[in-house]
Amino acid sequence: MEFNFQFDWQAAIESLPFLLKGLPYTLLISFAGLAIGFLIGIIFGLMRIGPTRWLRWPAVVYVEVFRGTPVLVQVLFIFYGLPTLLGGPINALTAGIAAIALNAGAYISEIVRGGVQSIERGQREAGLSLGLSPPQTFRYVIWPQALRRMIPALGNQGIVSIKDTSLFSVIGVGELVRQGQVYIANTFTALEVYFMIALLYLAITLSLSLALSLLERKGLVG
Amino acid sequence: MNDSVTSQDTDRTADASPIVRLDKVDKHFGNLHVMQEIDLSVAHGEVVVIIGASGSGKSTLIRCVNGLEPFQSGRIEVDGKTLMPNGASGKSLQAVRTEVGMVFQQFNLFPHLSIRDNVTLAPRKVRGVTRDQANAIADKLLERVGIADQADKYPTQLSGGQQQRVALARALAMEPRLMLFDEPTSALDPEMIGEVLDAMRELANDGMTMMIVTHEMGFAREVADRVVFVHGGQIVEQGPPEQLFDHPRHERTQAFLSRVLKH
Repeated sequence: MEFNFQFDWQAAIESLPFLLKGLPYTLLISFAGLAIGFLIGIIFGLMRIGPTRWLRWPAVVYVEVFRGTPVLVQVLFIFYGLPTLLGGPINALTAGIAAIALNAGAYISEIVRGGVQSIERGQREAGLSLGLSPPQTFRYVIWPQALRRMIPALGNQGIVSIKDTSLFSVIGVGELVRQGQVYIANTFTALEVYFMIALLYLAITLSLSLALSLLERKGLVG
Repeated sequence: MNDSVTSQDTDRTADASPIVRLDKVDKHFGNLHVMQEIDLSVAHGEVVVIIGASGSGKSTLIRCVNGLEPFQSGRIEVDGKTLMPNGASGKSLQAVRTEVGMVFQQFNLFPHLSIRDNVTLAPRKVRGVTRDQANAIADKLLERVGIADQADKYPTQLSGGQQQRVALARALAMEPRLMLFDEPTSALDPEMIGEVLDAMRELANDGMTMMIVTHEMGFAREVADRVVFVHGGQIVEQGPPEQLFDHPRHERTQAFLSRVLKH
């Protein structure tokens, strides 16, 4: 069998400058979204296991809603739906960051909860028995250990969220996929361009994996 | 009866006022009545060893003394501060914990901190001691328990016996007025029990007030001023070690001792 289609390396490389214009958006949405998502995750994860009972149910509702609905639906809701409620348009970039933050935040809440709960009860007892207050015990004894255990799961979530940003091409954010679609509309080089886009995602996610494994190894002692 | 321990400046020299006083302390775990109106006083400088079968409530008893276990009724006075039932102790809870050190069966060292930082954490964060001062205190204490050369290592790099001695140093760094030991040698390999008991013996000789839950009857006989036998959430019998070990009066004590001493 003979292929009548050749992979055109020339075309692939030529598309790169145009595709790279989307990279800052992909990175911005990913990192801003994940940073905010991490904060949300810490807050809701701790609300869920904290001493204040009435704070638990909002945390449960939040996690179930944003974990149980697709990111695509979330961003469409924010971008097309919310303006009706707010009475003004929402910037596509903002909508993308918000969707990643809220979605990742729900998963990270569970990661935080699991990480903190995985620390043996004796650690808390030892901290308290030394006269540390409950918040001090959390800050100096529980949290550093929990955070270290959370790193692999946080890395997973980071990678998932980075890939999720590709969905935001539908609301017109000029990220990698959107740039590719625009480029292909003029050149009809879908094979080469999507291949290059895949490589670019891989470059981002592999860098993250590498960074996290270094972080994990560095903190391995103890 | 001494029932008015109100301030810090209680008489340290004499046994005029107890440092610990449990007054009708009662605790349930669901249907299980783990502490039945327990009364117990410990004098300054006294070493009290609590013995009993597993599930008798002996660990629960000493865990109540620093508020790690809530109780349902009665009260506990520790060094002039009062612990109330159902977690209603307020500020005095942390105040008690600051003055009372504890050594756990599973050591519970902080695995993310170096040995030195394990010892300095509480003095720095609770007492506001500077890092340099705290390090000096830590090095002195680690030398006292014989692990000065391991200060920069991490807990998992040490043997069980060494870890437990670090745990002792960590508790002593807060200069406690009372030390609690919850089966401090039960998780240790047999060859490491001696080194931990030695460190505790030294502490007792220095005059520390101690409440010890242990299965080491030889150690109890040698170090204790008083031995308390607990069964079914009640103090069945107590007295000087010679009396309790050699002439137990209660049949439950006799049954327990015949089981633990004959092997």
